[in-house]
Amino acid sequence: MSGHSTYETLRHFADSWGLAAMVLTFLALCFWPFRPGARNDNEAAANLIFAEDSHGDDDNGEQ
Amino acid sequence: MESLVARAGWWLVALLAAVVMFANALDTGFAVHMAIFALAALSGLVISLRGANYKLASAGFKPAVDPSRYDDDLIRWGVILTTFWGCVGFLVGLFIALQLAFPVLNLGIEYTTFGRLRPLHTSAVIFAFGGTALVSTSFYIVQRTCRTRLALPSLARFVFWGYQLFIVLAATGYVMGVTQGKEYAEPEWYVDLWLTAVWVAYLAVFVMTLVKRSEPHIYVANWFFLSFILTVALLHLVNNANMPVSLFGSLSYPLWAGVQGALVQWWYGHNAVGFFLTAGFLAMMYYFVPKQSGRPIFSYRLSIVHFWSLIFLYIWAGPHHLHYTALPDWAQTLGMVFSVMLWMPSWGGMINGLMTLNGAWDKVRTDPIIRMMVFSLAFYGMSTFEGPMMSIKSVNSLSHYTDWTIGHVHSGALGWNGMITFSAIYYLAPRLWNRTRMYSLRMINWHFWLATLGIVLYASSMWVTGIMEGLMWREYGADGYLVNSFAETVAAKFPMYLLRAFGGVLYLSGALIMAFNVWQTIAGNLRQETPLRSADHDPARDVPLAAVPAE
Repeated sequence: MSGHSTYETLRHFADSWGLAAMVLTFLALCFWPFRPGARNDNEAAANLIFAEDSHGDDDNGEQ
Repeated sequence: MESLVARAGWWLVALLAAVVMFANALDTGFAVHMAIFALAALSGLVISLRGANYKLASAGFKPAVDPSRYDDDLIRWGVILTTFWGCVGFLVGLFIALQLAFPVLNLGIEYTTFGRLRPLHTSAVIFAFGGTALVSTSFYIVQRTCRTRLALPSLARFVFWGYQLFIVLAATGYVMGVTQGKEYAEPEWYVDLWLTAVWVAYLAVFVMTLVKRSEPHIYVANWFFLSFILTVALLHLVNNANMPVSLFGSLSYPLWAGVQGALVQWWYGHNAVGFFLTAGFLAMMYYFVPKQSGRPIFSYRLSIVHFWSLIFLYIWAGPHHLHYTALPDWAQTLGMVFSVMLWMPSWGGMINGLMTLNGAWDKVRTDPIIRMMVFSLAFYGMSTFEGPMMSIKSVNSLSHYTDWTIGHVHSGALGWNGMITFSAIYYLAPRLWNRTRMYSLRMINWHFWLATLGIVLYASSMWVTGIMEGLMWREYGADGYLVNSFAETVAAKFPMYLLRAFGGVLYLSGALIMAFNVWQTIAGNLRQETPLRSADHDPARDVPLAAVPAE
């Protein structure tokens, strides 16, 4: 395959199937946390950092 | 005991290799760097031999590890070194700002010219200050959010100290003129190889810690850290594909030439901004802002959308550094379009951070650390709006090559990266040294105001001088000739350069106050001071004046 046609093939792939695959993957990843029933998971994940044990000296009383 | 002997043996092999390379060096820069490698290997040898507990080792014991504590030694060093490198980077920055105003400060010595010190400044701030902060906070956060100790503790030590060695090699190289001449990728091939080894080890430590986590969910900050580590590895390898002229010399030539080389360089350069200075620092933001405010992140969903949008969009934005060059037009437009699209996820992230304080806005008044975080998020929003705007071709034709770009970079670096790092240091220092609070909260407040004023002066003077310079460059007279010579535009910028340097003085003084504050905190002192709080309220006096009956 000549250099020119390799470029053409890749370019056509990039602006058709490649692009479609990227967009679909992106959308799927973005909508994943919005799937039904994910609310509790998200809440638990957001609060996970407060469950940690910082050797009990985490509360250092500053305001 | 065997492991101790083996470790000492490896140090000795490294030492000998460095000495052989030193003896065969073709140029001074390479010789100095091999001497630094040798010194590093020698100190590694001495430390591992002297620090060993021979009594326990001969009895077959391994040094005791307390599994109930996090592995924080490196992070303590990280807080100290981040503070140190910050002060060094800001000082060099101030010096080169003054050199631009007063060229006599180049001192007539090759080692102190602007061209040598400028990469020293950028790398000291980005890779030394920012990089050390990223390595140490990632080690801190990944342990806390996974609720486990660091995996591969010896490798983690190699990562941390190996990265510091990289900083020293890079910095000394710039001053000696050992450079590839690629912006933010100046270190030569052997330093690049060293950083590759360190970075692969970093990835291994981070991923293995995630693998042995006790929490089922991987907190979003770790996603950002992981993308930062992976992408920087990829960028570093591709942009530094160089062929050395000799194995004993510092000179090398890049694989990529011409416009391909330019595109690879700015694909690297912009993603260094996107994944080093943005994704990594967002990881800090997603941990420290909720922790300091005591409230979970406003929307965990939004943080995930923010993450994937940055990943999918940032990687294409690089060509906006090459508008109106030999780069094909479609590639320039692609870079511009993706840069403009980046605005939305960036603002989503900013809003997510700011709204975390919803219902706790009073803390902006009472807690100077929260105030710094809010300011840093505001500047994240400001520079992620300014950046897309400047990537639009017609704006770029005015702004490119002018000081506006410098102003943009600094509102991002000083405002966003600097302030979030300072607040992380203020968060970490009392916890790591087990103090009740920082030595002085009022000094944090001082730092906040000095830094804020410094950034405002810096950014606004660079807007004025950048736009002025851009307009002067493109001004044509009636006869069709350019009205201004280049030297005239330089002369016109002088007052703005003074103002910028003054902004730098303020920012540096703030950082020095922080260094003092951190030092006193480590020493275990607490400053006696009036606490920062709202106005007093005395309920006993908060009553209507009783009517006094007439006599």
